[in-house]
Amino acid sequence: MTLVAAIVLSPLLAAFLLAFTPGLKRAAALNIAASSAHFLLALTLLWAPHQSTALFLLDGFNIYLIILTTFVALTTSVFSAGYIATEVKEGKLNPLNLRFYHAMYQAFLFTMLLALSTNNLGVMWVAVEGATLTTVLMVSLYRTPAAIEAAWKYFILCGVGIALALFGTILMYMAAQPIMGPGMAAMTWTDLLGHVPRINAGILNLAFVFLLVGYGTKVGLAPLHAWLPDAHAEGPTPISAVLSGLLLNVALYAVLRFKMLLAAHDEALAPGPLMIFMGLATLALAGIMLYRRRDVKRFFAYSSIEHMGLITFAFGMGGPLANFAGLLHMTMHSLTKSAIFYAVGHAVQARGSQQIADIRGLTVSHPALGWGLLLGVVAISGLPPFGVFMSEFLLVTSTFARTPWLAVPLTVGLLVAFSALIMRAQQMCFGAPSMPQGRPLSGALVPLYAHLALVLLAGLWLPEPLVAWFRSVAALLGG
Amino acid sequence: MSDFAYDASHLLGAIVLLMSFALLYQNRLFSLLHVYSAQALTLAAAAAWKGYAHDETHLYVTAGLTLILKAIIIPIALHRIVVKLDIHRAVEPAMSIGATMIAGVSLVTLSILLVLPVTAEASALTREDMALSLSVVLLGLLMMISRRNAVSQVVGFMSIENGLILAAVGVAGMPLIVEMSVAFSVMVAFIIFGIFLFDIRERFDSLDIQKIEQYRGEQE
Repeated sequence: MTLVAAIVLSPLLAAFLLAFTPGLKRAAALNIAASSAHFLLALTLLWAPHQSTALFLLDGFNIYLIILTTFVALTTSVFSAGYIATEVKEGKLNPLNLRFYHAMYQAFLFTMLLALSTNNLGVMWVAVEGATLTTVLMVSLYRTPAAIEAAWKYFILCGVGIALALFGTILMYMAAQPIMGPGMAAMTWTDLLGHVPRINAGILNLAFVFLLVGYGTKVGLAPLHAWLPDAHAEGPTPISAVLSGLLLNVALYAVLRFKMLLAAHDEALAPGPLMIFMGLATLALAGIMLYRRRDVKRFFAYSSIEHMGLITFAFGMGGPLANFAGLLHMTMHSLTKSAIFYAVGHAVQARGSQQIADIRGLTVSHPALGWGLLLGVVAISGLPPFGVFMSEFLLVTSTFARTPWLAVPLTVGLLVAFSALIMRAQQMCFGAPSMPQGRPLSGALVPLYAHLALVLLAGLWLPEPLVAWFRSVAALLGG
Repeated sequence: MSDFAYDASHLLGAIVLLMSFALLYQNRLFSLLHVYSAQALTLAAAAAWKGYAHDETHLYVTAGLTLILKAIIIPIALHRIVVKLDIHRAVEPAMSIGATMIAGVSLVTLSILLVLPVTAEASALTREDMALSLSVVLLGLLMMISRRNAVSQVVGFMSIENGLILAAVGVAGMPLIVEMSVAFSVMVAFIIFGIFLFDIRERFDSLDIQKIEQYRGEQE
């Protein structure tokens, strides 16, 4: 367990160091070095025993998410170095804000890893709240009116969301306290799981509704998704990448931990139908909203909402197959969406505008970038041979096998979003460039292509140990 | 627990709820802040009383923090901001007072109907505290919806937080209350004082949220 503590605390240490590191180059290098260190530390978890203490918990579910989180954080820190350097050169960012930015990046990572690895529901709530705080501050980094409005909306909506989640957590404790006695045990997830069958079902149900709506706000589930497109569009692009790739997953992880508690109770309401309904509603809404976007970052933010709806639907369906699809989709979406945001970040810097109309003809003016973006969009829209196709195919077929009528809205939602994505990708990647000269690219495309390669690899061939790992987690998640 | 201890806790909880209603119909920022600090003061008293009646010493810390941060420091700081920015004119609510009060009463009814049936096994005080605190939370939400002014929205958010602390205090032996209230206060402090109020003022000459909502980033 000291290993887990080290993994959680190392970003905090890095945040302190970065807060006192002057100079952009040095700070960016330190950020990358620290992120690599977290990733390497996280990899050693693969051989760590699955066990729990009062504060930390390790099982297949969170080990996989910890590794994914540190990996995306590492590639984003590489992308961020080039991106931020360009923004500073163009005078969009005050160098004074940069120390703050890097420290907040690591502090955000700290809250993510703490939320993932903790065994205590109260600590998990504090960590998600801390994540809100750090990301709100980063979204407002540019200090433009739009950025401030986005950060304000984010703060207000997610503030309300986490307040509801806290109420749910208190209710959960209140339900457990008569059985388990006062104190920490009634807040500890593993202890709760053992005692849950004897807990009052009524309070448990009420608590879950609050938790689903509360943490669901941070997942971006409709109707409380309104903060998400603004926060993605107005903050720096590396932050959009980690919001989509990490934060949404972690919020969903919190919901799933509570779902597992409810599933262990015979009389409590089945969380599945609720999650299926919210997932489908989110998918439908985001699919339709995709058509009216003119701003590229907003466009892909809606695509993130769509995919979170899909994943919520998958876990709502439950069972070994749908859970497997959900886990795979979580991974594939994180990798693909952050890759897309890397490409979008470069494209926006090359054209100096976030409007889709200004980004036309990217494959002509910047071939490497344009094709990368196109591949990313092809992957995220669920076309073979990429990994997203695998998980969506698995989800649709398992839904069709079990409840055929649910497969209809699911497929329609997928198709609606698919055609919007392909339509916009065509506009952005092909045709005559809207700005023929264009600025040269800054920063390497390595993170973009590394993610795409992984997604492609997963689509062609999933390694046997990974399949076994996901299978065991899917069994853990239950029906 | 003696009858008196029970009555006193119940009374303090009810006063916190009453203050939430009072917050709903204030149309001047200064009086809003005064009512808020009265609510925080009552909450501190409720926490301290609970700590005394149940012998839970960590509740004194919660009470102290609530008293110092929420009843004194945050209201004074907000007060100074309001004076400095010269926005102490009356604020326009988005909904009429009458409609807001009716909505408020319905929300309280809703929370009682929601909480009491499912908590039949819990002790009477815990059940009632839960119903009261859910009402405070919902009224805080209503306030955030029905006000357009940034300061009022922050006060609404902080009154939601008061409701949550009341809930946490009401359940016997709830751990981590102190950590949670600190986490909330840090968030409010950082975001409100560090960033928004000054910046919104700089950029917009107004704290009216409606005015910044035109910066949509895209034309729809």
